[in-house]
Amino acid sequence: MQKFFHDAVEFVPILLQGVWLTIVVTVGSLLLSTVLGLAWALMRVSGIGILVGLSAAVINVIRGIPIIVLLFYIYFVMPDFGIALSALQAAIIGLGIAYSAYQAENFRAGIEAIDKGQIEAAQTIGMGWWLTMRRVVLPQAVRIILPPYGNIMIMMLKDSSQASTITVAELALQGKLIASSTFKNTSVFTLVALMYLTMSIPLILLVRHFENKANRK
Amino acid sequence: MIELRDVHKSFGKVEVLKGITASVAKSEVVCIIGPSGSGKSTILRCINGLESYDRGEISVEGARVDSNDRSIVAIRTQVSMVFQRFNLFPHRTALENVIEGPLYVKKEPREQAIARGRALLAQVGLADKAEVHPPKLSGGQQQRVAIARALAMQPKAILFDEPTSALDPELVGDVLSVMRKLADDGMTMVVVTHEMGFARDVADRVLFIDGGVIVEQGAAKSVLNQPQHPRTQDFLRRVLHPL
Repeated sequence: MQKFFHDAVEFVPILLQGVWLTIVVTVGSLLLSTVLGLAWALMRVSGIGILVGLSAAVINVIRGIPIIVLLFYIYFVMPDFGIALSALQAAIIGLGIAYSAYQAENFRAGIEAIDKGQIEAAQTIGMGWWLTMRRVVLPQAVRIILPPYGNIMIMMLKDSSQASTITVAELALQGKLIASSTFKNTSVFTLVALMYLTMSIPLILLVRHFENKANRK
Repeated sequence: MIELRDVHKSFGKVEVLKGITASVAKSEVVCIIGPSGSGKSTILRCINGLESYDRGEISVEGARVDSNDRSIVAIRTQVSMVFQRFNLFPHRTALENVIEGPLYVKKEPREQAIARGRALLAQVGLADKAEVHPPKLSGGQQQRVAIARALAMQPKAILFDEPTSALDPELVGDVLSVMRKLADDGMTMVVVTHEMGFARDVADRVLFIDGGVIVEQGAAKSVLNQPQHPRTQDFLRRVLHPL
């Protein structure tokens, strides 16, 4: 145990650099996936044939490709088409795109759960599609969307470790590098696990808060 | 001001409106009665474009109602609707429900919309409930907020789709008296209802609909007191004397 604390003092500062990148990747891809997911979801419920079809196709293609392959594609293949991204940019874009499919399905479920009478009431006071979405549907759908959204945040935090495969030195890769140069696998990976857990706990509490709020209604 | 000419409407293979021709004049109160599933609500929903119709023509002040055309938005601001299940926005207060249309559709200045919204809530007897959210109101109060919301658009006519059917019996009177006041003030109203007392006292005309056609129509008192058609007679007997 004493040895572990000794190792901790030595490795934590290095691992914290990884934590910072993990947070950057998670927050960046969370924002991107939210924007894209909302776009896919709104296309899906727009009732306009071509948009509905397009968004369904995009969602299915994204869902059918492993995140790691998507990351390789963006980081290693895109340069052949003249789009060279840094590893960090590629990681954020790759994870953002990958998770946009799950975000979209969550948003869509929330939007479709809103009573049709709400939409009709909005229409009868002269609201168009977008105004109905913005003023009536989305504010109510948020309550339904938030608990699963929190779970997606937790999954994204953990899946940000996949960025290590394209050389982003986030927490998991940083840990692997230290472990392979010091052979202190137990200490290092215990620390890495504890750090992920520490970052997850606030998110887990947030999900619980969202759930309580949604149930109170 | 509202004209329906030979309106047909099918849901799949079921034809619910089989050639409806009717008109509603300015300041007239028309009640539509008939058994459930007869197409009463569908008529209302076609008038403000919540449903499309297959054949015939509906016009509001000369403008053709086409639910797929942009012009429908303008028609809806002139012809408001009150629903059986109120359909108030639960995430907004009573006052916010009322001013939502004036503020975001008609772009009225906020101060003006709020002042008018409060006046409308007072008019329906709910001045003290302005800041309350709908789920905390009784059904009758919610329906009166819904009427205030419809009035806030300063419509030329209001369509009522069974406005008291979802209410506890003791709350029906409050809503009907608000509607009666509107009628007295000259509002054009089309009311789908099972409240025969209201139809008899307030309506100018009554349409009896069954099986997607107008079976009988005329002055409210004559249709309700001396129905000519056997189906009208049978329906009224069942409604007025259920035992």
